[in-house]
This record gives sequence, C-alpha cells and structure tokens, in this order.
Amino acid sequence: MKPHENLDPLTIGGKAYASRLLVGTGKYKDFAETKAAIEASGARIVTVAIRRTNIGQNPNEPSLLDYIPPNRFTLLPNTAGCYNAEDAVRTLRLARELLDGHELVKLEVLGDPRTLFPNMVETISAATTLVKEGFKVMVYTSDDPIIAKQLEDIGCVAVMPLASLIGSGMGILNPWNLQIIIENAKVPVLVDAGVGTASDAAIAMELGCDGVLMNTAIAAAKNPVLMASAMRKAVEAGREAFLAGRMPKKLYSAAPSSPATGLITPSGAKTG
Amino acid sequence: MTVPCPYARFSGLPATVISISVNGECREFEAPLNCAELIARLDLGGKRVAIERNGEIVPRSQFPGQALLDGDRLEIVVAVGGG
Repeated sequence: MKPHENLDPLTIGGKAYASRLLVGTGKYKDFAETKAAIEASGARIVTVAIRRTNIGQNPNEPSLLDYIPPNRFTLLPNTAGCYNAEDAVRTLRLARELLDGHELVKLEVLGDPRTLFPNMVETISAATTLVKEGFKVMVYTSDDPIIAKQLEDIGCVAVMPLASLIGSGMGILNPWNLQIIIENAKVPVLVDAGVGTASDAAIAMELGCDGVLMNTAIAAAKNPVLMASAMRKAVEAGREAFLAGRMPKKLYSAAPSSPATGLITPSGAKTG
Repeated sequence: MTVPCPYARFSGLPATVISISVNGECREFEAPLNCAELIARLDLGGKRVAIERNGEIVPRSQFPGQALLDGDRLEIVVAVGGG
C-alpha cells in the first residue's frame, strides 16, 4: 500500500483525493497518449477545457471524455483562454451543466496573451460571482500573498499560485512568496504553472504546498508517459520530505555521522 | 458571437425558416425546432454537450422542451484537452 493513498489525502472542498498531483489534458499527441500519461501520473483530478463543439465533424470522432471518463476521474473544467470575468463565469456555468452539476472548477482569467499572466482584478470579480453561485473554486493566481489571502476570504476552496509563467517550464522563481502564501493560508495551496521537471515539483512540495498542477511539463516532455511517472514520484517524495521535516542547513558540521570514538588509530588528528 | 443573426422576416425567407447563430455562425433551420432536434440535426446526438441560449444555460433535461426562435444565439460546448 502506498502510504499516502489512504493516510495523507489531499482534501479540497471537503472531498479527499488520493493524489497530490493534478494534471492537464492539453498538448498531447492524441487521446491514447493523454490517457497513458494520466494513468502514469496517478492523478485523480484532471483538468479539461470547455470549447465550442466542431459542427459538421464526423459524429463518430472520439472525444476526450471517452478516454478520461468522468466516473474514474474528477474532471476540473478550467477557464483557460478567458480574459474577463464574464467569459470565465459563462464558461464555468456551461461546464457545470456539461458535467452534470459538478461544482469543482479551476478559475483562471488571463491578462495578456503573450505572457499568460493572470488578471487578478478580473479573477477576483469572477471568483466572487462563482462562489455566490455555489461553485467550489480552485483559483489560479499570481504569487502575491495579499491577493491569495483575498481569494481565500472570498471563499475559494484552493489557491493556486504560479511557480513561473504558464508553459514556461522555468520552475519555482519565488519560493519566498510561496512560503508566505502557504503560511497564511487555511485552504490548500497548489502550485499551478511553471513546473518544468520533477525536481521543481519536489521543491514545491518540500516548501509545504498541498499539491501541484501541471500540464506542459508532462505533455511537452520527449516521453510524456515517463515524465508523468517521474512527476508522481517527485510529488510523493517532496510531500514525504516536507512531512519528515528536513535537517537544518549548516555551512559545515562538527558532528560527523560515524562515531568519533573507537577508531583503530585513536585521535584522528595527528601531529608530526 | 455578439453579431446578431439577421431575422428571417427581414431576409425574405419563408416564415417557417428561422435563422440561429450557432457558435458564432449563422445557420438556417426549418421551424419549429427545439434544442433536442437541433442537436440531432447537427449530428451531435449522443455527444456530451452543454448549450447556452442567449446567455442563459439550457439544462439538458429541457432540451426537448426549449423551442428555438428566430434570432437566437446559441453556444454549444464540449470538454476538450486543456490545462
């Protein structure tokens, strides 16, 4: 039995999930690869985007949900591509209907198509509306501790600061801000965006994040399925290291790990 | 999406044809037409879709009862891959 699958679940909005790694479903070669990567990641919460259906396409064309069935995964519809509160709210109302009344959603309102930086003014406005309408909002945010706290106060069930910009793979650029956000938060804090490789995910978890959400780091790897497996291990390892409590950093140690006595040559430091 | 569909009565079409904006594209259909029939005519039967009509969600249970009118603006969405 893997220890955290039952003993250390991630609880969001009152529901426990067996994995602290959340993954996206975009940018894969095909649905088969999407499915294989998600299986390898062990993720229980999987993000999806909501888009206009292609009218006139082959009616037998497979759809994402054939591969990622809603009865096996908790689907987390997002508002990727929305640049104002109104579009984000409309998108999630459609998502709720699409997924049979499902309330857990990922809100992200972007501010700039080049950098994909979030627009926090619009995000706060959308979050306020969505919480009033009964949504359980996991919210993508800049790594500003004051904004993160405001989002929590509005009633968001998780705050998800960026590690670095969406799709950049630059890793955790400001661990100090993340630490302050984690210290202040009473809801789960998940790093969302910017993770590039397994060590980034492990560092996020060692900092005390409750989880990590990623898409490109897995989908854009040369071998996405292998990277998904690496990410699962990194998140688990980082979490265990956080729970274990790391040793303090010291410039050097006067206390070696092996006994100082009983050496075959007593008193190691000889003179002459 | 914000461009309204031209109303049939202004376009000289027979009264039984209605003009509806579907995902930002204007289309003509024979009336009467409800949401369930529209789904079938667009070959979307059996697919998991959600519909917004003139800015309001149409619950799936109401698809057969929602008669569509000339000038309606519809968004029909599905879940796709995304982060």
